[in-house]
Amino acid sequence: MKEQLQKDFDNSIKNLSLSQKDIEIKKFCLDNFIDKGFPNKKEEDWKFSDLNQIIKNNIGELSFYNDQASTNKVDTSVFVDGLEHNKIVFINGRIEKIDFEYEKKDQIEIIDQSETINEFQNSNSLSDLNNAFTNKCFKILVKKGYQLAKPLIIYHTTNSKIWSKNINLRLNFELDKDSSLRLIDLFNDASEKNFLNIFYNLKLKENAVLKNYKVDKFENKNIKYSFNNIDQDKNSISETFILSSGSNFSKNEINCNLNGVYASAFVNGVFSLNNDKHHEIRSIINHLTENTKSYQLIKSVLEQSSKAVYQGKIFVNSDAQKTDGYQLSKAILLNKESEFNAKPELEIYADDVKCSHGSASGSLNEDSIFYLMSRGLSYQQSRELLINGFLLDVVEKITDSEIKNLIKNMLGIKE
Amino acid sequence: MDNRQKEINNLKDYKYGFSTDIENIQAPKGLNEDVIKFISNIKKEPEWMLEFRLKAFERFKVLKEPNWQKPKFPKIDYQDLYYYSAPKSMKDKPKSLDELDPKLLETYKKLGIPLQEQARLNGIAVDAVFDSVSVATTFKDELTKQGIIFCPISEAIQSHPELVKKYLGSVIPTSDHFFATLNSAVFTDGSFVYIPEGVRCPMELSTYFRINASNTGQFERTLIIADKGSYVSYLEGCTAPMRDENQLHAANVELIALDDAEIKYSTVQNWYPGDQDGKGGIYNFVTKRGLCKGKNSKISWTQVETGSAITWKYPSCILKGDNSVGEFYSIAITNNHQKADTGTKMIHLGKNTKSKIISKGISAGSSDMTYRGLVDISSKAKNSTNYTQCDSLLMGNKCGAHTVPYIKNKNSESNIAHEATTSKISEEQLHYCQQRGLNPEEAVGLIVNGFCKEVLQQLPMEFAVEAQKLVGISLEGSVG
Repeated sequence: MKEQLQKDFDNSIKNLSLSQKDIEIKKFCLDNFIDKGFPNKKEEDWKFSDLNQIIKNNIGELSFYNDQASTNKVDTSVFVDGLEHNKIVFINGRIEKIDFEYEKKDQIEIIDQSETINEFQNSNSLSDLNNAFTNKCFKILVKKGYQLAKPLIIYHTTNSKIWSKNINLRLNFELDKDSSLRLIDLFNDASEKNFLNIFYNLKLKENAVLKNYKVDKFENKNIKYSFNNIDQDKNSISETFILSSGSNFSKNEINCNLNGVYASAFVNGVFSLNNDKHHEIRSIINHLTENTKSYQLIKSVLEQSSKAVYQGKIFVNSDAQKTDGYQLSKAILLNKESEFNAKPELEIYADDVKCSHGSASGSLNEDSIFYLMSRGLSYQQSRELLINGFLLDVVEKITDSEIKNLIKNMLGIKE
Repeated sequence: MDNRQKEINNLKDYKYGFSTDIENIQAPKGLNEDVIKFISNIKKEPEWMLEFRLKAFERFKVLKEPNWQKPKFPKIDYQDLYYYSAPKSMKDKPKSLDELDPKLLETYKKLGIPLQEQARLNGIAVDAVFDSVSVATTFKDELTKQGIIFCPISEAIQSHPELVKKYLGSVIPTSDHFFATLNSAVFTDGSFVYIPEGVRCPMELSTYFRINASNTGQFERTLIIADKGSYVSYLEGCTAPMRDENQLHAANVELIALDDAEIKYSTVQNWYPGDQDGKGGIYNFVTKRGLCKGKNSKISWTQVETGSAITWKYPSCILKGDNSVGEFYSIAITNNHQKADTGTKMIHLGKNTKSKIISKGISAGSSDMTYRGLVDISSKAKNSTNYTQCDSLLMGNKCGAHTVPYIKNKNSESNIAHEATTSKISEEQLHYCQQRGLNPEEAVGLIVNGFCKEVLQQLPMEFAVEAQKLVGISLEGSVG
């Protein structure tokens, strides 16, 4: 892999106009990655999902160079119908379109930040890989007091031109005082056996509201890793919803720093898996100052030999008195082969807090099925009703009604 | 001042902190094959036992000290320890208590464990372990009548080699983790219990561990076998003198329950916790593992952990037999600079297996406490259930309380439920108690005892009273 990395790195550097200093930083990151390789199960955070092994088994040899010179045609059929929205379109990792047609142009600024490097607190080798190979990075700045009229949908599209490729991309968002943004990440893959490595850095200033919905619904054979780093100031609210279903393997990591008083974070997720899919959500909520709040709800429905992992951590600093932290994960295993692993973790250094977590996993309740069947439903209908009800609980937590309906439709849940 | 308060004041300092001035025989300092041969030789062990030790030592040489645990400690120099220390008078084993060194008798009397049978604790048979040797075992005759074997493990190796050979290392193999392997290589003494088929042990069996010599590691090994349809309740207590340096205690405990057997294992651990600034104290790195080998067997761990500078242990149950049951009840209290990383592992392998985990953690002062546990339901363990509850109580904002459960479910017909909470003692509760005339310390004691009640109830009577007092004393000075 080493020679491949080196060769692809030299190729991608050649096409970029970077300063000597930037090249050196990128080189440093590359060396770090070569040194560490893909995360494996020896690392505590990857205990349940050995990415190194998964890539080996599903893809084999990866290549890292993406020719970004030619443009791809944007396929408009993937766009969401019936919901007016702004768009950013990625095709095979290349930004093809940025379109804020419904917004006031002077209130949103798009800044090219390709030279800056990600520095996350708990970085793993994938952040090094991302730094080394990302060649275009934008920062989207929502100005003071501006609230976007329509949601922004980011289309992550791949087409059949790529194969066994690693795609790295990065976006930064900054929401200034009193602003708000609804952000949907929609994955749509026509390619197979690629590894997508996505880093978002989101900054929320005072009173800002961010709603992020990550939707991975369409069946595909790609492997995805996505990392969201969220920094929150006073009174800000972040809401993250993850629908984890389509890809072969996917790991979503949310690292949320509640830096300002009265900041709150919500992380909700649904795993709906079949075949031999393996998905993971890992969340770390850092309560760093007093009077902050976090709430997490994760539900999984696992069919065939699928596997879901939830690792959630609530960290409470010794200054963070009056913290309210809650975390619940529930799973239904529908098949003998399915598997659910959880590691709900509390790390608490302050005494005046209210923190709790719960985790439960098991089979579908036979008594409930019996109840429904005795009222005339077939076995299949009762099962569906129960599973839908189970998942609806999380979907109902979505605070935006337009998007809630969109996601309900995608899941095929009727009320 | 009422009686309770007086009592607490008397006990304010670690009351077991004295040391006994007694002449010792020690192995040469350091860890090597010669020392292992020395230990094996002094214990007059058969060849296979020495082989067992050397095999473990071979393995130990390639292992590295683990460092994933929460409480970090300065590197232990394993060559700077004595691996064997015994009172000189024990060289030729005394045949009865009359021949026992009076100083030893005095020590145990001071600890509240009289070895003379006339002053016996009601209905409890005691095996007293002093540094590296077992000094006395009481009630032997009465137990022998029922076919129960309760003796030091060094004696069992001589007199019941077939049992020891069959079961020693069957739950904790010589190739286990660092500290367990170290124990397998250098273990000195401990208790051996065998309950024959269909016998319900008529009294509580108990071991009392005492570390006396300085610079010594205590490596004891306990092996309990409950044959088909038998029952035994076993208690363990520990103390050590106050010393400025840290001492290592790395024990291995193996339990084996065959068909329909039940083992109840209770620990009240009160090793010297170090002084208020965190100087000294015992490193309590213990491996405890029980195997529910037969159908319908049951193993239940109850622990009250109040002592030690660092407690690092996970009493586990391997539920191999169908319908077997594993239980874990724990109270862990840390104060001042104490640290604890404790919990349990429940490995479900058989069908219809059940496990229950109740853990209560209380941290005060500048201490740090972690519950770390694993519940693993394998794909064959149909219809298994687990229930876990871990509650933590924090006192003050300099301490920490953490919960790290690992939950693995590979079986769709099994259910796992886990819940955990962290909170502090509410002002309302304190106010209510004080209004009724309790002083703040008494009020905290009362509330904490209530918080722990679920676990305290599991202890045998004599221990429960002691443990209840211990809970109050350990939190001394943490309020007001």
